[in-house]
Amino acid sequence: MERFYTLAFAAGIGCFAVAFVLSIAFPVMSLDNYKGMEYQSLEQLAETPSQSFVDLSTSYPEAFAEAFGEMNSESYGEALRRGRDIYIGQACWHCHSQYVRVVSNEEQRFGTPSTAQEYNNYLNQPHLWGTRRVGPDLAREYGKRTNDWHIAHLINPKNVVPLSVMPAYAYYFNEDGSPKRDGFSLVTYLQWIGSTYKGDPQP
Amino acid sequence: MQPQLSSEPLVSYKLIKLHLIAAAIALLLSMAAGFLYSLQFLGYYPWPDSELLAPGHIRLIHTNLAAYGWLVNGFTAMTYYAVPRLTGSKVLSEKMGTLIFAVWQFALLASLGGFLFNRAQAIEWGETPTGFRPGTFDLNWIPVDLIVVIGAVLLITQFMVPIYKAREQKFYVTLWYFISGFVWLALTYLMGNIIPEWVLPGAAGAAVTGLFIHDLVGLYVTPMGWGLMYFFVPLILKKPIWSHSLSVIGFWGLAFFYPLGGVHHFLISPIPDYVEYGAITTTLAIEVVVTTVVVNFFMTLRGKWSALRTSFAIRWFYAGAVMYFITCFQCAFQVTWMFQKIIHFTDWVVSHAHMIMFGTFTFWLFGVIDWLWPRIVRREWHSTSLRAWHFWLSVTGIVVMFFDLMIAGLVHGFMQRELNHWTDIIDMSIPFWWVRTVSGAMLLGGLMCGLYNMYATAKSDVEYVEENHLIPASAD
Repeated sequence: MERFYTLAFAAGIGCFAVAFVLSIAFPVMSLDNYKGMEYQSLEQLAETPSQSFVDLSTSYPEAFAEAFGEMNSESYGEALRRGRDIYIGQACWHCHSQYVRVVSNEEQRFGTPSTAQEYNNYLNQPHLWGTRRVGPDLAREYGKRTNDWHIAHLINPKNVVPLSVMPAYAYYFNEDGSPKRDGFSLVTYLQWIGSTYKGDPQP
Repeated sequence: MQPQLSSEPLVSYKLIKLHLIAAAIALLLSMAAGFLYSLQFLGYYPWPDSELLAPGHIRLIHTNLAAYGWLVNGFTAMTYYAVPRLTGSKVLSEKMGTLIFAVWQFALLASLGGFLFNRAQAIEWGETPTGFRPGTFDLNWIPVDLIVVIGAVLLITQFMVPIYKAREQKFYVTLWYFISGFVWLALTYLMGNIIPEWVLPGAAGAAVTGLFIHDLVGLYVTPMGWGLMYFFVPLILKKPIWSHSLSVIGFWGLAFFYPLGGVHHFLISPIPDYVEYGAITTTLAIEVVVTTVVVNFFMTLRGKWSALRTSFAIRWFYAGAVMYFITCFQCAFQVTWMFQKIIHFTDWVVSHAHMIMFGTFTFWLFGVIDWLWPRIVRREWHSTSLRAWHFWLSVTGIVVMFFDLMIAGLVHGFMQRELNHWTDIIDMSIPFWWVRTVSGAMLLGGLMCGLYNMYATAKSDVEYVEENHLIPASAD
């Protein structure tokens, strides 16, 4: 019990390995057995550009052309990826969670509880569930708000939510309110969150 | 312990000093960052229009400097003191020590730069940049994770070699924790930074990141922390630990139960329920184990209570132990689904994290510094009153912060359940956030007293005299 090899191998590696099997290998095996757990790559996710991305390209044609050139699945994928990079880099995920639980009336506030299937894709690798909600959960944001709302909100959250304590991200937008490349990406990513959920329409 | 025969010093005070200074600077920056970040919630953030100094970036600096700058540097300094004394041989190489120091500080600076330029990795407590664009191998920043791995491997070799050389002896408790802690550090860091990023997406990855958050605290910080307690408390009190059996239970209980609780960071989530039950049950088990360790330490103090008055180090250690127990007691409740429904996602979690990271482990390192610093610089402490200010401001600040955020979390949780409008929850929180900022300022003020005292002590001309620091042998 007090010898080097016991401590290094039994306690060090052994206990760690037991925990790894029980709390990672087991859930991984269970999750693999779920229906509809096919992994989606970025190309698959971006195959059809979302309506909000199409709208962005027509609402701000010049700014869009400058940022991404053509509106196609390639530029859509790039916008999603870049938007997510910013979402991570700006630590958005430390104040906005991305999963809805079956408790605390979250179903009524945010929408249907999250399922494992909707996270099995490139943009959830690593997942962005978060552990703190200073702002509301975003897992059911898909289709809830317009591009205009998001842009007004990102330029200064107090524009649309007067009591908000969220930082302003005006530097991702031009003087006239048209997005820069990062602004387009962030709005595109925010409009994407929750789109992999294939269940009932959200309240 | 073998007698020291060589004329060369056993312990390298130069490396201890380097790591302690780096640790102190990191803590000051980290706490300043935390303070600035808290201003965002009050509407007084100083740089609202700066992308570089955005509040999110400052938050990442706050947590990562606390973990990798302050705790790792501090624990490394402490290990440089403890390991040679426990094994009777020097660490592997002093030159390599300098290299480890340089590698580690470089990793920290590269992380800070990465945070400012949006290069963080999406792993909580492991945001140090991978240097690669997510899911690809396109290099877009210095690959900090890789540098950390190199630094950690060197660090582990540095200490494991003298420990391995002494493998014929029955090891003392501190070394149990250090040996396993070093093995766990390597495994945990690799697991957390590689698997969710490159192998497992979504819910399966969440099981890994949950375990990573948990293991980093439980299998690196906690073993190092208890290791130092088992080393310094008997050393200062000049008496053995009360019960060897309880030490054995405490260690093996931690080793076995602790890593099983990882999933409890994502309860009531798409992770399968039976895994959550397992995590909850083992978490409850670990609280029982924790109690045995705390009991062991308080029974050790029995008959020497006056040390709390005469020794600042003992005062830091035992204040930290009390807060450790409070945090673990709190955890036994918060880990259940009944509590999770309300308190998850709220300030309760923030309160819990601050109590354990500051109230316990930072306190213990302050205790180590209080005892070690005069011996390193060979000068008497410059001011006793500053030491007292440091202690009391820290205690008051952290206790106020703990209760303030815990209450804010409860109210937030219930308002969320009762479907109050979200901005009403924010509105409710703002007074609590004011108290949080004020208590944070107290912690920062205490720290400044401590740091100035360290500086003035190093510059002072009062020679250190060992006899002044002995605890009276008589019982009270």
